[in-house]
Amino acid sequence: MTTSFKDRNLIAVIGDEDSITGLLLAGIGQINENQKKNFLVVDSKTQVATIEGAFQEFTERKDIAILLINQHIAERIRPTVDKYQQAFPALLEIPSKDHPYDPSKDSILKRVQKLFGE
Amino acid sequence: MSGTGARENVFATRMALTNTKLRLKGAQTGHSLLAKKRDALTTRFRAILRKVDEAKRKMGRVMQLASFSMAEVTYTTGDIAYLVQEQAKLATFRVKAKQENVSGVVLPAFEVDRVAGSGMFLSRRTFSSQAYTCPDFNLTGLGRGGQQIMKAKEVYAKALETLVELASLQTAFTILDEVIRATNRRVNAIEHVVMPRLDNTIKYILSELDEMDREEFFRLKKVQGKKKRDNAARDANLEEHQPSAIDNAIGPEETGSVDLLSSKDDDVIF
Repeated sequence: MTTSFKDRNLIAVIGDEDSITGLLLAGIGQINENQKKNFLVVDSKTQVATIEGAFQEFTERKDIAILLINQHIAERIRPTVDKYQQAFPALLEIPSKDHPYDPSKDSILKRVQKLFGE
Repeated sequence: MSGTGARENVFATRMALTNTKLRLKGAQTGHSLLAKKRDALTTRFRAILRKVDEAKRKMGRVMQLASFSMAEVTYTTGDIAYLVQEQAKLATFRVKAKQENVSGVVLPAFEVDRVAGSGMFLSRRTFSSQAYTCPDFNLTGLGRGGQQIMKAKEVYAKALETLVELASLQTAFTILDEVIRATNRRVNAIEHVVMPRLDNTIKYILSELDEMDREEFFRLKKVQGKKKRDNAARDANLEEHQPSAIDNAIGPEETGSVDLLSSKDDDVIF
């Protein structure tokens, strides 16, 4: 663990079109030699299996330090997201344009609330 | 008392007692050290917890702002999503991981690391005046809305900085949570398993040694008693023999043989 996070330097995104566009404008987009993108555009027609697949792929890749996912998309694969406990890549749920941020749904914040509640 | 709890499988000897006492002392030292570590980590954890909570809320606001600027871009320029997605080749916005040490636990901290991208349109640096522009998108919005795009880019970069900060907090949170749990397990194991077992072992050895002492004492008493009895019997015997010896002394000329014979003679006489 102590050695592996040194070469993690990318940010991956699973999100709707607007979030992805904005983040790509900021310059996080990367396409590697195998034509693998580090982002996935999700719309209402995207299958849950596709999202899950991308989620698995991004969490297993060794060069990704942070994985951003829109909260309403995380909601669709909630069991997988809640099960995810690894430190790397760090999983961040971000709000999207159409879906305001709801702290009570965030898997990390849920734990925070639980710890504070104790 | 000795057979109540689990104990080590040792012989009840003085050496085993010394060893076990030493181990108990070691366990106590380790326990207090681990407890200190746990307290230090928990303090840190609480601080991070509060920060995570704050940062998450801040992120909500920042992302909202970013979404607004994106909406502005869409309004002025039209849909640039496809264009942007197609032009993304190499990440210019990267993160760097640093590490920080909190009582023996390595906590990573991400840092924003912007590298110059190798854009395709280097000759036309439309937004090169910006400190951190990404040459990849310099043709985007060339027709109209260039300014909005520039603004959106900046806002999103700012938002990403917040996100990166939050990510490092969150990673620290996850790691600390794990480490605290492991430390707690160890502390509890020492407190509730190791130390009672050593205690039991010491009690067992002590009771066995006491038992051995008592046995030894009893045995000595017995031996002493036996010796006394033997002595008394011998004395009685001697007294019994004494007269016969005197008898023998009276008529020594009759028999010049040993006592054994004289006693036999007594028997014969009777």
